[in-house]
Parts: sequence; structure tokens; C-alpha cells
Amino acid sequence: MSEPLLIVEDLNVTFPGRSGVTRAVRNASFTLGRERLGIVGESGSGKSTTGRALLGLVPPPGIVTARTMTYEGKNLLTNTERDWQALRGRRLSMVMQDPKFSLNPVRTVGQQIGETARLHLRTSRADARKRTLAMLEAVQIRDPELVFGLYPHQLSGGMGQRVMIAMMLIAEPDLLIADEPTSALDVTVQNEVLRILDDLVRERGMGLIFISHNLTVVSSFCDRVLIMYGGRIVEECAARDLHNARHPYTRALVAATPSLDVPRAELATVTRDPAWLQ
Amino acid sequence: MIAVDHLNVTFRSGDREVRAVQDVSFEVAAGESFGIVGESGSGKSTVLRAIAGLVPSTAARLEVNGRPASARRTREDRRMLQFVFQDPYASLHPRQTVDDILREPLAIHRIPGIDGKVVKAIADVGLLPAHRFRYPHQLSGGQRQRVAIARALILSPPILLLDEPTSALDVSVQAEILNLIGKLRQGYSLTSILVSHDLAVVAHLCSRIAIMQFGRLVEVITAEDLRTGQVTADYTRELIAASRGFTRAGA
Repeated sequence: MSEPLLIVEDLNVTFPGRSGVTRAVRNASFTLGRERLGIVGESGSGKSTTGRALLGLVPPPGIVTARTMTYEGKNLLTNTERDWQALRGRRLSMVMQDPKFSLNPVRTVGQQIGETARLHLRTSRADARKRTLAMLEAVQIRDPELVFGLYPHQLSGGMGQRVMIAMMLIAEPDLLIADEPTSALDVTVQNEVLRILDDLVRERGMGLIFISHNLTVVSSFCDRVLIMYGGRIVEECAARDLHNARHPYTRALVAATPSLDVPRAELATVTRDPAWLQ
Repeated sequence: MIAVDHLNVTFRSGDREVRAVQDVSFEVAAGESFGIVGESGSGKSTVLRAIAGLVPSTAARLEVNGRPASARRTREDRRMLQFVFQDPYASLHPRQTVDDILREPLAIHRIPGIDGKVVKAIADVGLLPAHRFRYPHQLSGGQRQRVAIARALILSPPILLLDEPTSALDVSVQAEILNLIGKLRQGYSLTSILVSHDLAVVAHLCSRIAIMQFGRLVEVITAEDLRTGQVTADYTRELIAASRGFTRAGA
């Protein structure tokens, strides 16, 4: 593989609070090339916070520290808000989980996507419209002209998710962080959305970080997977080897997932070992 | 135990009419665990609500606990059939303690021996005695769902209806709750209907499974059929393939 897009070493995110400091991410280290990297974990494992830290979007009073955090060789740790704005959207981008909460409810789909295009590509209104329609078509929306004029509440979940992906992709980022992009979708729609992301990684050579709690989706979609527990990356493995994972937590998660193939009388439960957090 | 024959549920708003459930028929035998799967808007939850009498429905025949179910359920009818809902954060009263929550059904149905029953229900669902006087916000999602299950079982109903009982939970907590449901079903010799969008969950817990799409019943298959792919409808096949994970086009 060529030079990694992203190098992260010893990433820590802490939130000071009344009852002491919460360590949301602890000493996470990983790299990302032009590939599909999955991050799996349960609620509170720090997977979304890791994604946000990469975009400088950890809300205050959160504190991000790391030994190294570079994107195409550029140090992200010294970024000012202005530096982040130059990167976000155009180079790094993020698709959020729920279109209902992430789209502006009082602006049409076309206005929102077009704004992204005009802001990042510094293009004209007419050109932005043309690009928006092309992008809507690229994410397989059947009638782009119609959807262009719709408001978010008029969209179904799957369409809303596609609109968000279109909005993020119109600025042609090199790295996309997708935070549970398919969790709110029906399984049959989920696969259509995954196929769109898959094409983009393969055709445009985009890097993708795919955050999910769904082991089946991650193991079938990603190239590599990081498993997070309590803010730490407890294991990294090839996605197809997830079912032969070594770490007891990963193994327990796999065994706790009901399977269509193997009937089990009882599901294994996860016994947490404090040593995993050491 | 439960018989549904040509069940129809229609919602009207203004001059718009939505036929949420159309001509759905199936039977569930005593002690059986029946599953209903489908995607959003397929009408699976509405079928469950119609059986519980929570939405108005019409049917050629609707039998619950071996007796025709009338549109107006008596208190006795309601005791026979209890419900566990999807979201444990929304289905427990935030200002009531676990003790209040578990007492209420017993008080409504004027069942004596409240104290002993509450203590037993708490133990049955794997909660600690210390949880009895906690409020829902002091419990985790899995613990709340245990409380919801205890509330449903405290009346010792013969029938338990479960609407996506683990969809809001993490995988590890889901495993604990699914195991608990499996165990209690035997202990209480329950007849149950489980609704879920997750084929693996339904196949794990149910012996027979109805597939629904657009308000209609596509087919009824066994869990074994689901695993081996012995299905007749294209939609079922598509659903199974999608549930097995992502496949690249042409792969």
C-alpha cells in the first residue's frame, strides 16, 4: 500500500467533569490508507469520539492530545479553527448517523447540497445546481430534479441518508468518516448505501473510516477492523478474520451475536475483565 | 392459542387512508414462539398491536387465548396478554420507582400478595433486591428492559408480545436479554410473538416466522427454512441475503 493518508499515534480524548476526568479515547494508534477501515464497539467505547477527534470536532470541554496525528503528512494537532475549516469538507468529511437530526429542516435538499459545492469549490450558482443534480444521481436517487426541491421531512430514511452522503461527497473529500451511516436503515436499503460507498472507495481512491456497532456489516464490508472497548483499541484485524479474532472481548462480541447460520441454544454473554483497560 | 384470520388495519387521516395491515392470517399454538419480521412500515408492529387490542382492526376471526377477542377488551382479557416494547427509555414512567412500576399491574388487577410477587419478579429477571427502589434513570438500558419484562410477567400471563425488545441495546446486552426471554418463556410456559427487523434475532428465538412486506404476509416459514434458505418468496430470499452482510456486485 502507498503512503498512509492518516497516521494517529497515542490519541487521547478526555472530558473533565465534576466527578473527575472521563477518558473517552485512550492511547489509540492506527493508520489509514485508501481503504475501508471499520471501527466497531459498543456504546461508550469511544468510536464516535475517535471519528470526531480526527475532524477537530470534539465539543468543549473535551481535550484532544496525541503523539502524532497527521493527514497527508500535515500535523493536525497544531490546527487552528481556520486550518480545520480549510480541511473539513474539502479534504476530510463526515457522514452522521441520522438524517433526521443532521439535515437543516427548513432548507431544501438542493439548497443544502448546493451550498456545500459553492463554499468548497467556489463555483457559480448554476454550476452548483448542475453538480448537485449529478451527485444526487450518483447516489442513486431516481428523480434528482424532484428530490432537489424537497425538504428533509419529505424524504424516507434511506433517501435522507443518500442526501447526506451526496452532500459530503460533492466537495470530493479524500477521506470520509461515516458514523453509523446505515444503522437507521432497513437491511435491503443498507446494502444499497454500502454499495455507493464501496464504489467511491474503489473508483476515486477515497479513504473511508466506517464506524459501526454491527459486526456482520463491518466484517463483510471493510478491509480492516479496529475493535474498541472502553476507549482503547483492543484489537486490529483483517475484516474477514473477525470471526477468528484473538482478543477475548472481540471473541465474546462475536459469540454474543445471534447468527443466521449457526443455531445456538443460548448466546454467550460478555464477562468484562478490568485488565482489558490496562 | 392465537388465531388471526384476514386481519385488516386501516388508519385514516383526513381523506388519506393507509392500509397498514391487509388480509394477514396465521395461527400460534399454545407454548409456541412465533416471530414476525419485516422492514419499517411492513405492518409487523401493527399486527401485534391489533392482537393486543391497542389499535382498531377488523378480521374474519381474531382469537386470543383460545377465545374470540372483542373490540373492547375486559380487564381479564388484558391480563392474559402482556406487552414488552422496544425502547426501555420510553416505556417506563420516569417518576416511578421499579417498585411502583411492578406494583401497578397487580393493583389494577386486584391481585393479593403484592410484596412477594414484586420480590419474585425482580429476582426472576436477574435484577438485585437493591434495584427495587431505584428510578429508571438510575438503571442501564439492559436493566430497564429487564424491568419492562418483569412488569409484563408479574401477572403470569399465558401470552407475551415482544415488539423489538432488543433493538435499542448493545450486542452484549442483547445477548443477555435474549437469553433471559428464552429462559422465562420455558419457566412461565409462555406463548409468545416476537416482532423484529433482525432476522438473526428472530431465528434465534422463534420456531416459526412470518415475513411481512407492505402490510401483507409474504410467507410463514420455520427457523430451519430460514437458515437453510428453503423459502418460496423472492422478497424473503432478498431479505436473507441482505441480512448476511454486504456483497459486492458481481461477487
